[in-house]
Amino acid sequence: MIQFTVNGKAASTDAPPATPLLWVIREGLKLSGTKYGCGVGLCGACMVHIDGKRAFSCQTQVGEVSGKSVTTIEGLSDDSSHPVQKAWLAEKVPQCGYCQSGQIMSAADLLKRNPHPTRDEIVEHMSAHICRCGTYARILSAIERASREG
Amino acid sequence: MNQIFSPSQFEFSRRRFMIGAAGLSFAFAFGRSADAATPAGATGGKALSPWASIEPDGTIFIMSPATEMGQGSMTSLPLIVAEELDADWSKVRTVPAPVMEKIYGNPGFGGLMYTAGSNAVRSYYKELRLFGAQVRRVLLDNAAKHWNVAVEELTTEPSVVIHAKSGRKMTYGEIAAFAEAPAKAPDIKPEQLKQPKDFRLIGKDVMRVELPGKVNGTAQYSIDVQVPGMIYGAIVRSPVEGGTPDKFDEAKVKAIPGVISTVRLPYGVGVLAETAWAVLAGREAVEQSISWHRTGKAWGFDSDKGMEAFAADAKNLSVPVTNDWFKQGDAEGELAKAATVLEAEYRCDYAYHAQMEPLNAIASVSPDGTSVEVWCGTQSQTLGVEAPAKALGISRDKVKLHYTLMGGGFGRRGHRDEEFIVDAVLLSKAAKRPVKMMWTREDDVHNGRLRPITAHYLRAGLDQGGKIVAWHQRLAGDRVTPYQDPVRYQIAKHKDFILMLGVEMRTYDIPHQYCGQIYRDTGVRTSSLRGIGFTANKFVAEAFLDEIALKRGIDPVKLRLELLKHTPRGKAVVERVAQMANWGRKPADGRALGFAFIDYSDSLLGGIAEISVDRGTGVIKVHNFWCTIDCGTPVQPDNIIAQTQSSIVYGLGMALTERITVKDGAIQQSNFYDYQVMRMRDIPQMHIEVIATNNPPTGAGQMGTPLVAPAVNNAFAALTGKRLRETPMTPERVKKALA
Repeated sequence: MIQFTVNGKAASTDAPPATPLLWVIREGLKLSGTKYGCGVGLCGACMVHIDGKRAFSCQTQVGEVSGKSVTTIEGLSDDSSHPVQKAWLAEKVPQCGYCQSGQIMSAADLLKRNPHPTRDEIVEHMSAHICRCGTYARILSAIERASREG
Repeated sequence: MNQIFSPSQFEFSRRRFMIGAAGLSFAFAFGRSADAATPAGATGGKALSPWASIEPDGTIFIMSPATEMGQGSMTSLPLIVAEELDADWSKVRTVPAPVMEKIYGNPGFGGLMYTAGSNAVRSYYKELRLFGAQVRRVLLDNAAKHWNVAVEELTTEPSVVIHAKSGRKMTYGEIAAFAEAPAKAPDIKPEQLKQPKDFRLIGKDVMRVELPGKVNGTAQYSIDVQVPGMIYGAIVRSPVEGGTPDKFDEAKVKAIPGVISTVRLPYGVGVLAETAWAVLAGREAVEQSISWHRTGKAWGFDSDKGMEAFAADAKNLSVPVTNDWFKQGDAEGELAKAATVLEAEYRCDYAYHAQMEPLNAIASVSPDGTSVEVWCGTQSQTLGVEAPAKALGISRDKVKLHYTLMGGGFGRRGHRDEEFIVDAVLLSKAAKRPVKMMWTREDDVHNGRLRPITAHYLRAGLDQGGKIVAWHQRLAGDRVTPYQDPVRYQIAKHKDFILMLGVEMRTYDIPHQYCGQIYRDTGVRTSSLRGIGFTANKFVAEAFLDEIALKRGIDPVKLRLELLKHTPRGKAVVERVAQMANWGRKPADGRALGFAFIDYSDSLLGGIAEISVDRGTGVIKVHNFWCTIDCGTPVQPDNIIAQTQSSIVYGLGMALTERITVKDGAIQQSNFYDYQVMRMRDIPQMHIEVIATNNPPTGAGQMGTPLVAPAVNNAFAALTGKRLRETPMTPERVKKALA
């Protein structure tokens, strides 16, 4: 039994330790906002925070988070009030929306460590992600807005 | 803010107004069959589903007949009803329509419930306006009767009926509490519809109804669904269509903790397991050990060699065309008489959809196999019901479909066989339990249904003055429509429209045009893919026109303006985009501009790419992309911009990097490490302008995609003097061209 914290609450799983955290979050804990996109750490749809830093949950074995704190999109705020979420709506970023939880988690991670990133820093950080609807221009605007409006 | 229902709320509200317990429901179906046109409240207990329902508290439910994959139809279509109804948008709730084609079918798809071709707004616009106006008229009639005044004395403000003479007002909710729907829909004449200047919603941006759920993780896609008693399923499908499973190491699969059983299917092997992680491990074990019977056509096919053969056939005039796809005047005869004849060859590769949500579905087949409940993301509710019914040999009323938001569609989720849904159905039937069937990303690529390969041989005949009088094309391409949808292929009288559309140049003043199709069937799985035939066909046309302009020594934009002399709307988008990009200026060092124009299902677009090339790596960098789009009345202007940004980014991938190769009939790529799509670092600054006109609305969802490759190709020619003749314009190809 592996024990850890998810969105501030105690969680546990009897999945084998090598199981990707992604599947435990989605199917075991029923927090389905974190998405499966590629399974190999190349699209970022599965992005969560582990002890406050972004991490690909598909590339993290659940055994590795024993005793650690995981935050998913559901735990970013109770009411979509995180500045990044507000900016995402203000800029009308999502289209299909499937990748956006991961994008938002990465953006929140960036702004936490670097509240006023340059455009190049945003592009560098966010190029870990794929949005097949191509909402990149709006993601960029939303991150700049969140940085501005905090 | 407008809200969308979570599935449970949605089921509740759907039941509630199918029963029609309170308020006023409407199902007028615009001159369709009589039974569908009967108002819900007047059917004596038979629950016909209405288009709209008004609750005494003022809430207005409006059905959304299209499926939602990010394009915004779930907002735009109900909004059109709300406009003519003069509804207060903040009181409108949109509800996904049940599967009833007679009421909700898409007029643009022969009445199927089908969302594709960027045609939802275009196809439903007229009927939804009329319907909204009819509902408004019923409210007015009821208010007039209630107040005992002439209906002509009444006006409306959003969700309120007003009698100015007496200063009285009644909300729509108040009227709904006592009103009666007439047996027959009121007659509305076209002149009774709103004038565009009076629109309160059309042309004004609203928040898309499903967006709030897409920033907090609550938006539900089929992959998120869990149902009681559910287990997990995966499938290893033959890498080649028609292949059947031979041997695999069943004992090894079953030894994995959590694996319940394996299921042998005609086209592959399924695995059932208690958990998601066990099923993925089981799938892996099957894949590592399985061998296939080489039944089916594509075994042995090699796409590089196939392309060579296609190109040779296109160019060899003694190889007969299969059909005259498009013929206007006498291109052949005029070529023979032309002062100058120019020729060109182009090739376009296979490409993959790469929607972010790998395909999946949840099915719960009843233990006796006579009914099924399905949760899936489909572009067609009709096919989402019919495919499971066919797979189980049951009637379609025994299929209960819950269709969800889709993590991208792009043409992949509307095939007649909906094989990913059937995967779930067959596994559930075997398990006698509900099954969540998920493809991995590798499955999604390997089972990909591709944008087809095409080879094009073109000739243009110019008269003494340099005017293009004849345009002649021979196109050899892998068939799509007969594979994707044999039924629609039959209805279309065996025309492969998904492959061929876009070769016609109806807006250009080129009197004699011809395109012959050289039909080829490699056996490879193929599909509509955002932009369909337009992506390849407009690429070759616009690149060849650029070659002609260069040969004639005239400006490419000027050439298009000449050709568009009978198309004022076309001229307008071209002139404006040239102005935006400051066309004609001297580009910055190491950069060049390239232009393209396309007409796509009556939407008109101009595009200009500014590029540079890294001669060492062969990478083309697109710095800026200017685009104008005239898609008639812009129903949701900001969403048209968003869709155009989206389709341009998609087109960049098609133009620059996205390439599938096939060896021995099987797709060689597996995931995003060997199938490169555009990321944030790859995209240009995009400058997009919607040119609003009062023409009926036309499509916006994919129109930018075919614009990109020719604009980039033409910029490359301007920069380097070399013409790239293949898409995608990969670094290897660039380096080869510059060597």
